Amino acid sequence: MGANKSFLGYRRENGRVGVRNHVIILPLDDLSNAACEAVANNIKGTMAIPHPYGRLQFGADLDLHFSTLIGAGSNPNVAAVVVIGIEPKWTNRVVEGIAKTGKPVEGFAIEQHGDLSTIQRASWAAKKFVQAASELQREPCDISELWVSVKCGESDTTSGLASNPTVGNFIDKVDPLGVTTCFGETSEITGAEAVCRTRAVSPEIGDKFMATWQAYMDEVIEPHKTSDLSESQPTAGNIEGGLTTIEEKAFGNLEKIGKHTKYIDVLAPAEAPARGPGLYFMDTSSAAAECVTLQMAAGFTVHLFPTGQGNVIGNPIEPVIKLSANPRTCRTMSEHIDLDCSGILRGEMTLDDAGDALLDITLRTASGRLTAAESLGHREFVLTKLYRSA
Amino acid sequence: MSAPDFLVHGKEDTVGVVVVEDAAKGKTLTGLSMEDGGRISIAARDDIPLGHKIALVDIADGDTLIKYGHDIGKAVAAIPQGGHAHVQNVKTKRW
Repeated sequence: MGANKSFLGYRRENGRVGVRNHVIILPLDDLSNAACEAVANNIKGTMAIPHPYGRLQFGADLDLHFSTLIGAGSNPNVAAVVVIGIEPKWTNRVVEGIAKTGKPVEGFAIEQHGDLSTIQRASWAAKKFVQAASELQREPCDISELWVSVKCGESDTTSGLASNPTVGNFIDKVDPLGVTTCFGETSEITGAEAVCRTRAVSPEIGDKFMATWQAYMDEVIEPHKTSDLSESQPTAGNIEGGLTTIEEKAFGNLEKIGKHTKYIDVLAPAEAPARGPGLYFMDTSSAAAECVTLQMAAGFTVHLFPTGQGNVIGNPIEPVIKLSANPRTCRTMSEHIDLDCSGILRGEMTLDDAGDALLDITLRTASGRLTAAESLGHREFVLTKLYRSA
Repeated sequence: MSAPDFLVHGKEDTVGVVVVEDAAKGKTLTGLSMEDGGRISIAARDDIPLGHKIALVDIADGDTLIKYGHDIGKAVAAIPQGGHAHVQNVKTKRW
């Protein structure tokens, strides 16, 4: 392993370290997307984060909407935030949530102003924020300041054999260094749940995992399944890649948490870790963009995404580093791949070599290197919806 | 040593994974154990695409398949050693 365990990051008002310096224009709701996109078009260097929800949600679904938006704005990869909503009450709730980090944030409501006046006022705020953010400097930070989330996609058998174990090797290496890490994908643990339970730091946390997994099975899978999930888990792409059953996919998936690292807590969707450095499990969907969006909203700043058949996902706030061990994917979709670890399959590269290479590209990405997904403009921001709106 | 045609993850596994794009029926394939670096040879009974599984032993209808040292489902048809193990002859025990 190389000697360099530091990176250049942006230290924020609350002490957390970001690896990007975004000024985002965040809509409270679907109705405010147009105004947000107009502001981002007016003020160069800012980014709108459009999404389809935010109206007539209630209960736990509404709580998750707020925690995801507030979490996105609070992520240390964000320097400042302009929030636009249709009405002031919920808009201010997002503004006040983000303001707890101490970062600059302003909210604007469209009702009684219209889009044009709102866009003008919000553009002035965005201009002030982006000029201030452009003067912030990166500073040397220890690797322990990094929060890394992991999730795989378009998996095939090369994921379980090589690219997922590469991420696992990375996790085993950085866990003793005090890095905060997170895995999720509740449905994709199915078949390996008993083994996953044993990877908890204590029986109590293992039980917490099992309760979360069982609740997902009882509340989501059982009431909604038609015959079986054979075409959804594994997906058609997984099956094309050679994965046959959910159990096979689950054991391959679990390779991402390494050989001996234990998870120290189980998080609700978008919940920020509160037990200090270590590995966390988060209750998420296994759909790529939904999972990464929830992890980003919990404060994770760099994402590692092993893929087999070639998932092209990115995230607007959290850079997504892609690795693949599938030689055909690395050849036919090379513009999407940040780390080619197909040498493992040819016996030319060990998992230890691949883990070191992943650590190197992670620190370089944290210091500012754009990922393939960032350079290609992938900004998938997908909110998790728990049930229909009122 | 030449690059392997298939990889075997764990010692108790009854299936391996083809890692080349030309594993054709009748061809003798070389497998590498990821656990101990040992090599084995098996003749392919089918054309097996990259990433797909090859039976390392004769698997009877109803037998449990082992990969990563764990139960990954059951055979729903007999699979001879060297055969292609996938959705046509293997099913989950879950859904």
